[in-house]
Amino acid sequence: MRTLEQTTQEVLDLAAKHFQLPAGTLAPGDDFFKKLGIDSLQTLEMLSRLENHFGIELPDYEVQGVSDFRTLAERIQSRL
Amino acid sequence: MKTFAGKTLRWEWHNGTIELTLDHEPANEIGTAMLAELEKFVAAFGVLAPETSVCIIASARKSIFSAGGDLRELYATAAAVPAKDRAAGVRAFLERIHAVLNTIDAAPFVTIAAVHGACLGGGLELALACDMIIADKMARFAFPELRLGFIPGFGGIPRLKRDLGNAFVRDLLFTGRTVNATRAQAVGLVAQLAGEGEALKIARATASQIIKYDAVTRAAAKKFIKPIPHEELRQEIDLFCELFTRPAVMAALKKFVEDSGPMPYLP
Repeated sequence: MRTLEQTTQEVLDLAAKHFQLPAGTLAPGDDFFKKLGIDSLQTLEMLSRLENHFGIELPDYEVQGVSDFRTLAERIQSRL
Repeated sequence: MKTFAGKTLRWEWHNGTIELTLDHEPANEIGTAMLAELEKFVAAFGVLAPETSVCIIASARKSIFSAGGDLRELYATAAAVPAKDRAAGVRAFLERIHAVLNTIDAAPFVTIAAVHGACLGGGLELALACDMIIADKMARFAFPELRLGFIPGFGGIPRLKRDLGNAFVRDLLFTGRTVNATRAQAVGLVAQLAGEGEALKIARATASQIIKYDAVTRAAAKKFIKPIPHEELRQEIDLFCELFTRPAVMAALKKFVEDSGPMPYLP
């Protein structure tokens, strides 16, 4: 079982890899919409990446209003 | 007409396979422009069908198969007429798109939707009219219509009910959430999963297998296993038009077209 810290780090690593950012560029408290500049389709794409990586389903309504990596990781953690 | 290049889509016939490519900025919305070209497409079936074994429907747009009905056009068109006339305009559009999708559904050749990215609302209804969905593992599917106060109107519920169990149908409809390709395959919505960016390639490989079999037998098998739920499709048009006349729908559509947020498909 992953800890929340591990989950958060994996989310950050996944986002950095997908958006081709150097490791350490992203922090748990970052607003990913602002930091990554993603639109609605990229949001869906990221959701798929997260679900495929963690082997979970993360309904859109559970991440509605979430904009930082830490809270996103918490939502994922509750589905693991 | 073996090849066609329109403003919203194009098709090409090659060695028994038609490839229909949706290519309408920004997200392959199905409005009057795409509808008119889809009508041209199905009108060509009379010429194409005798020489066609498979039709693949795919998207040329990045990260999306289709966002579904053109809600901006729907709102603008409805807002431009008195409230009492709105249902008639919507009904006319629905009759036309139903005729197109019913023709695709009943085509005497095998139809494959090669889906990548988002496949939402009317886009999913187009895919559901096909015999098989081959999905990129990054594809996502949803029926977000209830957030706007109406139901899927392009035949979505009858076709979902035809193919899938009620638990999944209700989950999709009542939550409006998007589901990933793995889940969609697990419940039977998706026939085959493809790697990222590989859906069209896998659809072509599948077509090359299908094409080997006898056309008469294939058409008979399709007719036998895939009846078109005509009565429910008619009921869906009536229900959609009834719901569409409520003021809450126009308010929800207005909110949607003015939303510039990152998740506009959610309420």
